[in-house]
Formats: sequence, structure tokens, C-alpha cells
Amino acid sequence: MDVELAVPEAYWTRTRKTGAVMVVLGLLATIVFGALAGSENARFALGETVDGAGFDIPGTFGAIFFGLVALAAGVAMLVTGRYFGVLTGVALMGFIISALCWQMSVSPVSHTMPLGFIAAATFTAAIPLIFGSLGGVLCERSGVVNVAIEGQLLTGAFFGALFGTLTGNFWLGLVAAAVGGALLSAILAVFAIKYLVDQVVVGIVLNVFAGGLTAFFYEQVMRPDTDAYNFPGKVPSWPVPVLSEIPIIGPALFNGNIFSYGSLIAVVVITIALFRTRWGLRTRAVGEHPAAADTVGIRVLGLRYANVLLAGLVAGFGGAYFSMLSTTGFSKYMVSGAGFIALAAMIFGRWHPVGAFFASLFFGFFGALTGFLNSISSPIPSQFLSMLPYLATIFAVAGLVGRVRAPAADGKPYVKG
Amino acid sequence: MNVLYGLLQPDEGEILVDGAPVRIKGPGDAIKVGIGMVHQHFMLVPVFSVAENIMLGAEPARGGFIDHAKAVKLVREVSQRYGLPLNPDAIIEDLPIGIQQRVEIVKALTRDVDLLILDEPTAVLTPQETDELLEVMRGLKAAGKSIVFITHKLREVKAVADRITVIRRGRTVGTADPTAPETELAELMVGRSVVLEVPKEEAVPGEPVLEVSGLVVADDREHRAVDGVDLVVRAGEVLGIAGVQGNGQTELVESIMGLRPARAGEVKLSGKPITTWHTREVLRAGVGYVPEDRSVDGLVKEFSVAENLVLDLYDLPPFGGRFALNLDAIAAQAEQKIAEFDVRTQSAQQPVGALSGGNQQKVIVAREMSHPLKLLIASQPTRGVDVGSIEFIHSRIVAERDRGAAVLVVSSELDEVVALADRVAVMYRGRVLAVVSPDTPRETLGLLMAGIDPSSSSHTPGREQDTRGEGMSEHGEAAS
Repeated sequence: MDVELAVPEAYWTRTRKTGAVMVVLGLLATIVFGALAGSENARFALGETVDGAGFDIPGTFGAIFFGLVALAAGVAMLVTGRYFGVLTGVALMGFIISALCWQMSVSPVSHTMPLGFIAAATFTAAIPLIFGSLGGVLCERSGVVNVAIEGQLLTGAFFGALFGTLTGNFWLGLVAAAVGGALLSAILAVFAIKYLVDQVVVGIVLNVFAGGLTAFFYEQVMRPDTDAYNFPGKVPSWPVPVLSEIPIIGPALFNGNIFSYGSLIAVVVITIALFRTRWGLRTRAVGEHPAAADTVGIRVLGLRYANVLLAGLVAGFGGAYFSMLSTTGFSKYMVSGAGFIALAAMIFGRWHPVGAFFASLFFGFFGALTGFLNSISSPIPSQFLSMLPYLATIFAVAGLVGRVRAPAADGKPYVKG
Repeated sequence: MNVLYGLLQPDEGEILVDGAPVRIKGPGDAIKVGIGMVHQHFMLVPVFSVAENIMLGAEPARGGFIDHAKAVKLVREVSQRYGLPLNPDAIIEDLPIGIQQRVEIVKALTRDVDLLILDEPTAVLTPQETDELLEVMRGLKAAGKSIVFITHKLREVKAVADRITVIRRGRTVGTADPTAPETELAELMVGRSVVLEVPKEEAVPGEPVLEVSGLVVADDREHRAVDGVDLVVRAGEVLGIAGVQGNGQTELVESIMGLRPARAGEVKLSGKPITTWHTREVLRAGVGYVPEDRSVDGLVKEFSVAENLVLDLYDLPPFGGRFALNLDAIAAQAEQKIAEFDVRTQSAQQPVGALSGGNQQKVIVAREMSHPLKLLIASQPTRGVDVGSIEFIHSRIVAERDRGAAVLVVSSELDEVVALADRVAVMYRGRVLAVVSPDTPRETLGLLMAGIDPSSSSHTPGREQDTRGEGMSEHGEAAS
């Protein structure tokens, strides 16, 4: 029936518009990057270091060739008006590799990119985003907008460092981090669910509140006596034998710690729980059509409270990553926007835990790329490079997603009657 | 009914089930004592499957994990037992309204209720679907269920009820036998004799004012909501568009008004193409527009009555000066319109949202008729409006016609269309199936609204097959 009723489409569909953008990017890469690239080889090493197996691409040739790949993909989108996902991916990859060929071939420091290292850095940068966006998914699937992810991460980081040091037990610190996130969530829950305050406003206020409060205690308590209050210890590393030796992805996935393994487990568990259990069905019903859930005897508000608190636990635990991954401890404002990128990852991932996971990796990749370009003394100013993840966020959320559908009752308080 | 189902709490009085008083604190309690309800606005999650919606709240599960196969089996069993075929895996938002209602009924039945409350179930159905529903109700009665059937359509209660109770303004005003004459029931319902017909002279159609040809419009889901519509509305006549809601009427009107782009075809106003005009240009060219849902379009609820009365003309003299609004002129306009259209409001400064539905509608009508009209488009002009206001709005629409304007009335109430229109166009699945006289027998109009053209023996074959295919697959599912 839908085929028969299909509407005559406007020529400038989403795919064609994106294709036009990709053509411009492809031309830019081919001409500008091609002209700027040097004659040296750009080397992509498979391992975690610059030594070992890899493959070489002559700089100028690579920049031009991959620019043309991006261009071709863009043209294909314009002509066919189809294959949006695949062609966008190909075009973006072409553009990025072209840019890398240029950057690496002219670098005064190193012409080699260790892919294993990049993969590991991508995942490492993605971990807090994964926890944050899962916190968002849990909250928003039940119909409460969670803009407070930033604050939840920050509170988790602070509680983890503080209580990890006070108790002298790293693991109790982790528990405290989760509880800290949940405490902040509890404020969100009460204001959003009980007092029907605008959920976005509450979320923003909580972010500011968490920033101010943790900064205050950091200055007044932690900084004067770091050993007593801000020395939680370092997360133990748990490599998996054999698997961690796999090239490129081995070190990234299987040489990890409680945070990296935890994030993978959380994605799997939350996905199964949301889509296979009674709790998950009810949660989604409450987020889509609370009145329908109410009329079959589901306690709408109770379920929302539970989910918002659970979201706080997950995000708070993820926040501990910032202060407990290495021995540096907590410092004020250390989350610096990761919560907002996590929010974007949740939307980019279409409110699905697995989608949020891959979106987090996408943003993590840009973070890793920034780090790499800095390390090879890229001629691009570092301030501009550190904008990369945010630029990627804007384009991803605004352009690539197309029509995402939030849970229908997301952000709408439920009042009976 | 919301009290019975536990959605609201009673201030006084008691509820007896099987002779024993019960306290119903929530819908869960209602289900426990055997009360089920099919709401006027369906309580279904649009993105869930049929089975998911039916099991929600009473999910068969093992250790928290949902036993999907068991849920599907339960749906099949119940739907087979009561002769209500359903595909358990279909997604609700893809189903026609009639089938969604079936899901609601099966949902209540799976909970083993003895009493089923049906709140205005026929408001969204075609006459044929309504007949099917009445048949289902008889079947449920035979299976030993009690049914409370709420409707304002007399034909339906008379057809199916064993006892009738008339409620008006929160009180029981009388009971009647299904054999009582319709006029008696109607009088009980409205408290005074009703004029079922709008008094009007024979129309004197003049030049074509609105010409729509080959119009194609997409809905929000990119489906072909309007699928090649041709229409002509002449000066001095009312063209009524009948049809079950959701057959493209909304998109047709929005496209004429410039609120929704036309994908193909043309709209002309007095011979001039206006297809790509902006809404403001269309309005300023002498078109009045009463939108179908005043809670969304047509009014700014927080604004005062006076402000709402000049929403479209605020920037033109006398209301708008070079830099500021002319508040005196706006106040004078409000005084005059409130008197002329009998808007019941405490003052012109009252927020329009505080008015009753009928008076809100009168504000819209007053505004749209406050400049000279070539064309008046009224969508659902009397939805949710009290009887007194209905008569008033109808008479103003006819007066506008007699003044020489072309009028397009869209309504899902067949009675309203027939009462107002000089010609009736029936829309079905985005097409105008036929343009007929309002004197056409109800049965014929009903069949047309269901997509069947009784006058032609060769039906549009593609459509016909289409509907039959759906029905077949559902039967197949139920049988397997």
C-alpha cells in the first residue's frame, strides 16, 4: 500500500543535499589537500606503535586519490539519490584519509599513524560518552528529558575521587560515584516529575549547580590536602590473554579495565533489558504514551522515578572514569562538555543503547584524531583541532540523522485526568 | 466513566459491583473487579505491536523476560473466540482506525472483564465499520458480557441497546426504551427541540471561485494523502466534503491555504493560480479559514479575545499604525464583534482560552468573517461546540453563501455536511469518489464514505483488491 501511495518526491532530497555537500568536500580535499600534501609517504602502522607492519601511501597521491573517492561518492548520491548511509560513510572516510595523507606527509615529527593506538584512543575517549548517553537513554525512554548528563558525570567524578580516598578503597569510591550521580538525578526527578518544572531548565540548572558545588569543595577541601581527599588510586588493568594481541582492535577492546569492560556490558545489559523484559516494555510504554500505560494499571510516575535514578547511577559510574582512570584525581570542570556530547550521542544513536554506543565511538574517534594531529605537530592550530569533536557533533546531530523520532512523551510531565 | 475505570476519584457516592461496594483507586483496581474500558482516544502505544499493546501491564514473563510467543498465542485465542481477527505482530500506527479499536476491545477481553465500557467508539468509524462494531457488541452480549455503550448517535443506541440512559450536564435526565421515537431521545439529550435542518434558500451558484485540479499533497509521513483531487466551488454555493476523518481532508484544506505544499496539480482563486502562495497572501486575497482544530490553530489561547479578533489584520489600518497598534480601534472592533456574534465572555480582555469551546469557535468565525470574503473554508466548524452555537455558526455560514461567497465546508459529521451543503463531495483515501446532491440516501453516502461507489459496477480495481487483501491476511492469521 505504501508503495502505491508514495508521493512524487521533491528533487532535493536529504540524500541529494548531503551529496552536494560531499561533492564540495571532495573537491576541497582533491584540490587543496592534494596541493598542500608533501611527497613523503604517509604510513599507517597496524600496531600500537609506529614500528611494525603497515602500509605506505605517497602523500600527494593519497590526498588526491581519497579526495576523488569522496567526490565520487558525493556525485553518486546526487545522481542516484539513494544509498544515503553507505555513500555518506565512504565520502567522509575519503575526506578524512585525504586530510590525513596531507597532514602526515608534511609533518616535521612523524609520517606514521599507529592504527592500533588510534583505535584504543577512540574507545578510551568514548567510554564516558557511552555511560553518559546510556544514562540519557534510560531517562528519556521513560519520558524524562535528561540534559543533566554533564552534571551527573561531574558529580560521579567528584564523589568517586572523594570517597575513594576517604575510605581508602577504590571500589567503594566507584560505588560512591554511582550514588553521587543518582543523587543529582533525584533532584531532577523530583522537580521534573513531581513539580512539573520544565525539564530542560532543571537539567541546565543542575549542570551549573554540580559545576559550582564540586568546584567549591575542590578548592576548599581537596586542593589544600590532596593526599587526604583527592588520591583515589588508579584503576587496575585487566588484559584478556590472547584476545588482546589481535591487531588494531585487540588493545582497544581487550586490554581494559572496569570502565571499558563495564561500558560494553552496560550496553548489552541495557539493550536486553529495554527490549526483552517486562520492565523495558513498561518503560518504553511510559515514555511513548503514559496515559495508555496508566489505563492498564502501570504506575507511570513510579517507573519514571526509578528510571531517572537508574540513569544517574549509570552516568555517575561513568563519571568516575574522569577522576579514577589515572592517579591525577579530581579537578574542577574536568568533564568539560563530555556530558553534552553524550547527549548528542544519545540523539545520534536514536535513543537506542547500541546506537548510542556507536555514536559515542564516532565522537571518540574525532577526539582521538585531534590528539594524534596534535602529536604530529599539525600546522592546523590546536584550538581549531580541539573544535573537531564539537563540529562533528553539530553535523551529526543536525545533518546526518535526518528524521529521528524521540519517545513521543519525552519531556512531557504526566498529569492524570 | 473515568471514575468507574479509576482514572478519576469520586467526591461522593459509591460504586457497587455485583451488589458489593468497591473502591476503585486506579485502572488496576477496575480491571480486578472486572471492568474494562475502550477509550474515545485510543490508549494504544503507536510504535508498539498489537501483541505488545495487548499484553502491556499483564505481560506473560519468565523471570522478568517477556514470553512473546505466549502473548501472541493469547491474542490469537481471544481474537478467535470472539471473532475479532488481528495480526499480533502488526504495528499499531500502520493499522486503520477500525482495527485499532478492535485491538482495544481485545485488550480489554484478554483481561477477563465482565463489564466493557465503550466511550464514543463510533465517532471515528465509517457507517460500515460502525455496523460491524454493533455486530461485535451483540456477539459479546451473547457471550455473557455486559456493555456500557456511550454515544450521541441515536440510530446506534436504538440499534443495539437493551436499555437507554440519557445523561446531560452530569445528571441522569431520563431513561428510555430502545423503541422510543428518536425525537423523544433527542429532546431528552439537548433539553429542547432541536432544529435538525439549517433553514436556507435554494442556492444561486455563480462564477467558479475555487478551482482545484489534479492536486496531490503528502502527509507528514510522506504518504499520498491527497491523490489527484479536482473540485470547483462556485460563488453563492456551499460545497460540503464528507468523509471519515483521515482521508485527506485535512491535507487538502491545508494545501489550498498554503500551509502544506502541493506536490502536483493546481489551485486557482477566481481564475488566478494561487498554488504556491503564502498563507497570508491567500487570506488577504479574500479567503476566510476556520481551521479544524482550534486548540492547535486559529487562536492564541493566552491572548485576549480582542487580540484574537485581529490576529490576521493587526498590521493593517485601522488596527496597525506605522509603529504601534491602535488599541482603541482594536477595542472597538472587539465590542462590535462580541455583540454581533454573541460571544459569551466576561470582557474583551479575557484570555480566549478561558472561553467555552463554542465561544472560542465564534471568535474564530467572527474574525474570519470580518473582512469581505470571496471564499470561506470551514473545517469541522462545529466540533466540540454546544447546540446553540452550532445553530448560530451554521446560520452565519449560510448567510455568507447568500451574500455571494463560495463556501467549502469539511466535516466528518455527515449530518452537518448534509444540512449545510448544496453539493456533497465524498472523499476516500485522498480522492473525491463522487459529488452528489445532499438529498442522496444515507446508505449511499455511507457506502461512498467506505470507498464503495454503488452507482458504478466497475469499481476502481486496484483499491478494491487492496482492501480485500488486507481482510484476507487478517483472517489467515487468525486461523493459523
